Amino acid sequence: MPSLWHTFRHGVHPPDHKELTASVPIRRLPFPAEIVLPLRQHAGKPARPIVREGDRVERGDTVAEADGQFSAPIHASAAGRVAAIEFWPHPEGVHAPAIRIEVERYSPQALRPRIIPEWEGLTREELIAAVRESGVVGLGGAAFPAHIKLSPPPECPIDTLVVNGCECEPYLTTDHRTMVEYPDRVQLGIRIMLSCLGAKRAVVGIERNKPDAIAAITRTLPADLDVSVLDLRVKYPQGAEKLLIQTVLGRQVPSGKLPMHVGVVVQNVASLATIAEVFETGLPLIERIVTVTGRGIRNPGNLIVPVGTKLRDLLDACGGFTSDAREVVFGGPMMGVAQADLDVPITKGTTGVIVLSEDECKTQQSWACIRCGHCLDACPVFLNPQILGSLAKAGRFEEMNAHHLADCMLCGSCTYVCPSNIPLSQLFVAAKAQVRKLKVA
Amino acid sequence: MTAGERLVTASPHLASGHTTPRIMWTVVASLVPVIGAAVWFFGPSAVFVIGAATAGALATERVFGRAGSLMDGSGLITGLLLGLTLPAGLPIWMAFVGGAFGIGFGKLIFGGLGQNVFNPALLGRAFLQAAFPVAMTTWPAEQVSWWTLRGDTFALPLMAGKAADVVTGATPLGLMKFEQQGTTLSHLMLGNTGGSLGETAGILITLCGLYLALRNYLNWRIPASIFLAVLVFAGLLHQLDPGRFPAPLFMLFSGGLMLGAWYMATDMVTSPVTNGGTWVFGAGVGFLVVVIRVWGGLAEGVMYAILLMNALVPFINRATQPRVLGTRERSGA
Repeated sequence: MPSLWHTFRHGVHPPDHKELTASVPIRRLPFPAEIVLPLRQHAGKPARPIVREGDRVERGDTVAEADGQFSAPIHASAAGRVAAIEFWPHPEGVHAPAIRIEVERYSPQALRPRIIPEWEGLTREELIAAVRESGVVGLGGAAFPAHIKLSPPPECPIDTLVVNGCECEPYLTTDHRTMVEYPDRVQLGIRIMLSCLGAKRAVVGIERNKPDAIAAITRTLPADLDVSVLDLRVKYPQGAEKLLIQTVLGRQVPSGKLPMHVGVVVQNVASLATIAEVFETGLPLIERIVTVTGRGIRNPGNLIVPVGTKLRDLLDACGGFTSDAREVVFGGPMMGVAQADLDVPITKGTTGVIVLSEDECKTQQSWACIRCGHCLDACPVFLNPQILGSLAKAGRFEEMNAHHLADCMLCGSCTYVCPSNIPLSQLFVAAKAQVRKLKVA
Repeated sequence: MTAGERLVTASPHLASGHTTPRIMWTVVASLVPVIGAAVWFFGPSAVFVIGAATAGALATERVFGRAGSLMDGSGLITGLLLGLTLPAGLPIWMAFVGGAFGIGFGKLIFGGLGQNVFNPALLGRAFLQAAFPVAMTTWPAEQVSWWTLRGDTFALPLMAGKAADVVTGATPLGLMKFEQQGTTLSHLMLGNTGGSLGETAGILITLCGLYLALRNYLNWRIPASIFLAVLVFAGLLHQLDPGRFPAPLFMLFSGGLMLGAWYMATDMVTSPVTNGGTWVFGAGVGFLVVVIRVWGGLAEGVMYAILLMNALVPFINRATQPRVLGTRERSGA
C-alpha cells in the first residue's frame, strides 16, 4: 500500500534551489588534457590496476579490474597514455591511489568495437556479468556496485523494483534531466533490471517539484510491463532507500536489514539509464551526468563529464568562480563533501558540484543546546539526536550504540534544523568510526 | 577565491536559518505588546518594575555568565517574563533581586543556557514569593489615575516598610477564593482586572503566543494540553458543584494561566523534547493548576504547577522516546 500522503513522517524542507539548472539541457564537456581515475570509486574493495606507466590506452579500455565480487572495474574515459599510478587527492578528503592518464590531444576518441554485448538474447547470468564488466555502480551517490543489486541471494526473492527518481538533495538536477531527456533509457534500464531480478513490477517514485520528469516517465511507460509512477511530496530525505520503500510500498525495512529482505531492490534513475546506455553504446561506464551549480559558479549547468575529469577543468568549463564563491561541495548540500583541493577528480559517484557563495554558506557559530526538540521532529528514523549529540560530545560511544546510532544514516536533517548549529552529523560520523574501532579491538 | 579563502566544512552545508538568538529575540519582540498592555493598565509603575527585574537579570548574566551570553537574548527574556509576573506596586529593588536570583540560581548555577532544570523567571518569582510574601500579594486598586505609582515603588531595601498608603484591591482569583465573588469574563479576557503586570490581557497574550507557535518557536502542544486539561478538569468539578467550583472559562482566563501556558511552560530548555512528552507535561501543569487553585492555600497555582512539572521533565523525556524506524524499541532505551 503506497502512503496516502505520498510521503514519510518527519524530515525537513530545505529550499531546493533547483531552478538554477532544472531547465538547462545536458551538454557535453570537452575532453580535458588529463584524467585521474582513483581505484576506489565504489562501495567495496578498490579495483586492481592492470596497466603500467607508459601504456597506451583506448577510450573504454579496462585500466583496473574488480578485486573480488564486491568491487567494480575501472575503464579509461579517454584515449591516452598512462602517465603515473600514484597517490592523488580523492573527493573523500584523503590521498588515494589513482591512475593518471594524459589524454591524446588529437585523438578522435572514436567509437570502437563494442565491449559490452547487446542485451537482447542474453541469459540472466550473462546480463549480470556484462553489467559487472561495464563497471556500473549506483550513480545516486553511494556508488554501490550495480551487479550486486542485480543478483540477490535466492533466499530473498524480489517482487518489486523501486526506482528512485526523488533527487531530494537540493540543487541537484542530474536525475531530473536524465528523466526528461532520456526517459527511454530509464525504461530500458527498468526492463533489463526486472528481467535480471525476476520481479513482476516496478514503481517509479518522483518528487512533485519535477512535473516534466513525471510527465516524461509517464509518457514512456511500457505497455507490456507493470511499471507505474508515484508522485511524491517534496521532502528531504525522501530518496533514502528505506524511506522510499515505506512511502511507495508501505513496507518497513527492519533495522539492520536490507531492502531485499522485504522483497525490494531500489535503483536510482541515473543508474538505470546508465545500465541501458552501456548496452546501447557497447561502452562501459566512462562518463556520467554532473550538475554544476550554486551561486558561486558563473554558468550553472548539467554536463556529461568523462569520469576522472579534474574539478578544476569542470569549473573552468562552467565559467569559473564568481567573486563571492566560498565553498565547493561534491554531491548534494545535505550530505556532500566540501573539497579542499581543486585537483580532485569527478568519480562515478559524483552527482553534482555545488559552488556555494558567501550568502549560501551557513554560519560557523554555534550555541548551547536549548533542548527545543526540533531534531527529534526532523529525524526520519525517529532517533533522539539531542541525546546522541550530548553523548558524542562526552565520548560515551558505547551508550550511543544503545541509542541506535547504527540506524542513523547521516542524512543531516537534525543538523539542518538545529537552531544552535551543533554539528550533529559530524559528531555522528566520528562516533560511528569510534564504535567501529571498539568493535575491532 | 584562493585556497585560503575556501571554506571546507562538514555536511550539511545548509541550515534552516532559525538560530537560537533569532528564536530568543523573536520571543522578546512578541512580548512587546504584552508589556505595552501592562503599561496601559498599570502606568509608569509597570515600566519601573519590569525594568528593574530585567536589569537584575541582565546584570547577573553579564557578571557571572559566559562572555557574550547577553547577546543570545535568553537573559532578557527571563527578566521581562519575571517582571510581567510581579505586582505593579512591588518595590523595584525586590524586582531587581528577583531577576538576579532567577538568572543566578535559576540558570547560571546549572551551567548557563540549556542546562537549567527550572524556568529561571519562575524560580525568581518563587524566591520573591517566599522572601516577600506581603509585597508579592499586595495588588493595587484599579481606579486610580494612570500617572499614579501603584505602590511604594522606590522603597529602600530592608527598611521597615511604612504603612502603605496606596489603595489596594484584589485579583479575580483572590476574590473568588476568599470572598466568593466573580469577575465577568470579558474583563478577564481584555485585562482590566487586578493582577500581576503582564498576566491580565488574556487575548493579547494568546495572539502573541499564537504568532510564536506559527513560527514553530514554541511547541503549540504545550498550551493546547494545558488548556485542555484545565477545561476538562475544572469543567468536571464545576458540573459536580457549580456553587463551590468556578466555571472552566473563568479558570482559563484568570490569574497567570495565559502567560504561564504560552510563555513559561513553553520554555524549550525546561519542557520535554519529545512531542508525546509535551502532552504529558501540559496535562500535568493544567491538572496541578486546578488542584492548587481549588484545594491549595494559595489563590493562584500556575507558578508552582509549572515548576513542579519542570522537575519531572527528565522522567517524561525518558518515558516518551520515539520508536526507532524498523524496530520495536524506543531510541532512549
